[in-house]
Amino acid sequence: MNERAPAWQRYGDILALLASLLVLWWLLARLAGPEALTGPAETLARAGELLESRRFHAHMRESLIALGYALLLAALGGLGLGTWLGVRRLAGQVAEPILVALYALPKITLYPVILLIFGLGLPAKVAFGAIHGIIPVTIFTLNAVRTIRPVYLKVARTLRLTPWQAFLTVWLPAALPEIVSGQRVGFALTLLGVLIGEMFASQRGVGFVLINAIGLNDVPTIMAAAFLLAVFAATVSAILLKIDRALHRRTATA
Amino acid sequence: MTRAGWIRVATVLGAIAALELVTRAGLVSRHTIIPPTAMAAALWRLVASGAILPDIAKTLSNVAAAFVLSVAGGFVLGLLIHAAPRLRRALDPLLATYYAVPFFVFYPLLIVIFGMSDLPIIAIGFLFGVVAMVIATLNGLDRVPRVALKVARLARMDPLSIALIVKFPAAAPYLFTGIKLAVAYSFIGVIASEFILSGAGLGFAISYAYNNFDTPRMYALMLFILVSVTAVNMVLHGIEQRMLRRRGLAP
Repeated sequence: MNERAPAWQRYGDILALLASLLVLWWLLARLAGPEALTGPAETLARAGELLESRRFHAHMRESLIALGYALLLAALGGLGLGTWLGVRRLAGQVAEPILVALYALPKITLYPVILLIFGLGLPAKVAFGAIHGIIPVTIFTLNAVRTIRPVYLKVARTLRLTPWQAFLTVWLPAALPEIVSGQRVGFALTLLGVLIGEMFASQRGVGFVLINAIGLNDVPTIMAAAFLLAVFAATVSAILLKIDRALHRRTATA
Repeated sequence: MTRAGWIRVATVLGAIAALELVTRAGLVSRHTIIPPTAMAAALWRLVASGAILPDIAKTLSNVAAAFVLSVAGGFVLGLLIHAAPRLRRALDPLLATYYAVPFFVFYPLLIVIFGMSDLPIIAIGFLFGVVAMVIATLNGLDRVPRVALKVARLARMDPLSIALIVKFPAAAPYLFTGIKLAVAYSFIGVIASEFILSGAGLGFAISYAYNNFDTPRMYALMLFILVSVTAVNMVLHGIEQRMLRRRGLAP
């Protein structure tokens, strides 16, 4: 972002864009008919019903628990692995192409293996979400650590910082912006992984609600659940994006 | 090959050998994982019998269609969005959060729009791939040298030739990142939709084999996908390296 427009204009533009998307949605719903696509008003009404129902609460809780564990595994595992690979240059060079190849692999094909190992239930969902998220987090962290400017590390050595001090005051601030970018991508993919896991082999969770509604062709529920998911995902992602941008801007001006 | 390259090959071969040993020694149940050689043998039998060829053809042609559409569509959309800075600023947060939305849920809607055919699956692959290409195009266009655009204006080129002759080559390295992502996302979108929702294709064949406890067949198909995705990636990586070398951007 080079020249920054006034805030009212930026937010006005975003609002206008959202409004035109709503109109587009409404038009599509009118064209496709209620059997295919419910309009914005009906979807919101159904989403409100879902949010008030006990059963949906149980499903949401189930998904959030799975997502929480998976995120923890992906974020911490990716951070540890990425840092290690970033510090050990040769290990990083060896591992990076393998990681990129794994990233491009449709991981859903591996889902049966996960089910065979973990059985049906929460551990399989968590494992599936985590393998989706851990790879991008690792790749981003690896690059973040590897591209720290050598002069920073020299300064740390000159000042005779202990490894822990060097980590806290040099490595972490230098790598943090890229690490947050990685966590953002990791969050999106972990959520996707957990949902797909629930869609394919689970009796609980929002993914199950979705696949069940798809099976019954219950269009309002599909649209409402998808809408709630999109809002949730976009909100978390937007918060992370805000942090991400702020960190990047700080390093750019520093 | 570099030292890291040799170590990488050794690591992968070592992992395969370890899996072979562990499964042959009976440390892991044959119902969970079969030895890699058995996977390869099962894949060979499947391909030789010809039973799986229609599924392979279907999946690969769907992936190809989704890929071509997302690259072409993403480039054109990227050009249009880049020409409208205010629209772009408003779209920015949406593009950044786009991949957090699971598209499979729109499959029923896509069936109503396109009918029961391959089109809904191609559409999901397209929805997955197109935004990666849009983002890569925007990145690339940001880095087209101003002087190249000035020359184009001086030469009174029309917008189409500017896009094709000036912008496209200048942004090519960044576009290539988008192309690589679009390949990956097309594969992921198509195979995942087949897996969960469809009645044909490789993704469906894997889920069918899983549901019928046909472990060798399942692993054979997984091996096929793994090998073909990796092969496509390696080819793309080779092309990219050659392009970067020609521009003096890579050793």
